[in-house]
Amino acid sequence: MMKTALTASLGWIDARFPLTKMWNEHLAEYYAPKNFNFWYYFGSLALMVLVIQILTGVFLTMNYKPDAAAAFASVEYIMRDVEWGWLIRYLHSTGASFFFITVYLHMFRGVMYGSYRKPRELVWVIGMLIYLCLMAEAFLGYLLPWGQMSYWGAQVIISLYGAIPYIGEPLSVWIRGDYVISDVTLNRFFAYHVISVPIILLALVVVHILALHHTGIGSNNPDGIEIKKQPKNEKGWYLDGIPFHPYYTVKDIFGVVVFLIIFCGIIFYAPEFGGYFLEHANFVPANPMQTPEHIAPLWFFTPFYAILRAVPDKFLGVIAMFAAVGIWFVLPWLDRSPVKSIRYKSPIFKAILALFVISFLALCYLGMQSATPILTNFARGFSVIYFAFFLLMPFYSTWGQCKPVPERVTS
Amino acid sequence: MSTDGVNHSKRRLLVAATSVVGAIGAGFVAYPFIASMLPSARVQAAGAPVEADIGKLEPGQRMTVEWRGKPVWIVRRTDANLKDLASMEAKLRDPNSDMEQQPAYAKNQHRSIKPEYLVVVGICTHLGCSPQYVKIDDPHSLGADWKGGFFCPCHGSFFDLAGRVYQGVPAPLNLEVPKYSYINDTKIIVGVDKEGGAA
Repeated sequence: MMKTALTASLGWIDARFPLTKMWNEHLAEYYAPKNFNFWYYFGSLALMVLVIQILTGVFLTMNYKPDAAAAFASVEYIMRDVEWGWLIRYLHSTGASFFFITVYLHMFRGVMYGSYRKPRELVWVIGMLIYLCLMAEAFLGYLLPWGQMSYWGAQVIISLYGAIPYIGEPLSVWIRGDYVISDVTLNRFFAYHVISVPIILLALVVVHILALHHTGIGSNNPDGIEIKKQPKNEKGWYLDGIPFHPYYTVKDIFGVVVFLIIFCGIIFYAPEFGGYFLEHANFVPANPMQTPEHIAPLWFFTPFYAILRAVPDKFLGVIAMFAAVGIWFVLPWLDRSPVKSIRYKSPIFKAILALFVISFLALCYLGMQSATPILTNFARGFSVIYFAFFLLMPFYSTWGQCKPVPERVTS
Repeated sequence: MSTDGVNHSKRRLLVAATSVVGAIGAGFVAYPFIASMLPSARVQAAGAPVEADIGKLEPGQRMTVEWRGKPVWIVRRTDANLKDLASMEAKLRDPNSDMEQQPAYAKNQHRSIKPEYLVVVGICTHLGCSPQYVKIDDPHSLGADWKGGFFCPCHGSFFDLAGRVYQGVPAPLNLEVPKYSYINDTKIIVGVDKEGGAA
């Protein structure tokens, strides 16, 4: 009786909205390769962090005041006087760092297994747009607590636009809405942070998944083999595919549990994470008269910041920094290796990728330090490797001997 | 639907004309939104001049006043400081202040109206940090031939005691000298000069 009523109402909905069709297309009959490994957790984890950020963000706006005279105090009010306010705020601030951790690992997965290559170029490009939105969102949100780092970080980053010839100065005034970072800037950054960028971000996430689930594309896998080019079995499954639901939904729930254990551990025991997730100088209210002794962006921006500082010319430094982000967009067209996955690529490629990872982490570290002449020289060296990884890829990706790629995925 | 007798070129013209008119309309609608992000009337009016009492400033001392939301430094230089300025020139990018970073009356070696008092906007011309004032006898790690001046900790730019930028640092220009004038011997006003022009 109950069952028939449910079936009937589902039929009623399906006649008016493609509910079952969508469920099947994206979950129950979405065939993903059966050989996903550890690295395949981070897409769904990034999605979960997005949900955490939106949810906690909504509750933060209930008590936060986007007003230069009240902003700093309202964050302290959330931390001390609002019931569970500290938890909601720490979830949001730690979530910001974890968003970047999951997204960087998700991107590294794509680089390792060649997930950006034909026919997934657009999946990659849309993903990069998501990454840009995320950077904008993090930068905008960092001004809101109106601490010293908020203020001077925004001051430095907006001044970057001033380096553009001719239009630079008027452009940065337009961005700030004032001649300096002020209440006006804070107010508009709040609008961008809670309305404009999240809407774009959500839309891009949907487009990212739609592009991935598009007919004939589907997920890549650690072997870099196209499972949809193989025949289907008697049930209509691809031989190396399994339905996303229930197989990978269950796998991802396991990932979520492990993730939340680590995430909660940090929130409860080390929410500032030694100044890496919440910088010490940001516990001092913004003071436009005095720059803190040492200013550095949060860890997820420091590789690009180190590249900016490594170039001894203002305009070229800004160009190099934006190029360091922008160059990721063309990655699908730089890799000319006959195989997709790192498993079958030549030892030369593996060595160069390892060198790149070291450079990225080193730049991340150097961007947090004061710029002494020795460290600046190191940053220059690592910046050269960073760019060489991309610019020389059309050449070195064809060098050396690749291993033969099997017909079917390995288990 | 019958497509007989369709005049394709006329249809293309209509589509093109509609698109162009629509795009122009969209541009007109976009303008108020873009313009609303420019500095408002209130923000523009907030650039009022400020007065500073320099009567109590000792030689070598610096004071800071806030003008248009930016720090403006007033440094009373010692005779030794002023003598050192000439010896700095070989190290500087723009020793003669040829770039338009000061009013005409401050385009001189000491970059000020009265040699003793330096008035500059305390914002680094690189990326807008506020540099530190490091005197010759302050503890520092800026080299043995440091004659006093300003050091920006953000990206490592140096300026001498006339706010002139060193060579080989990220900052491209000398520190900006704002318009200012003396009301009397112990009072200056930042933002207005003798010609009466408010900056």
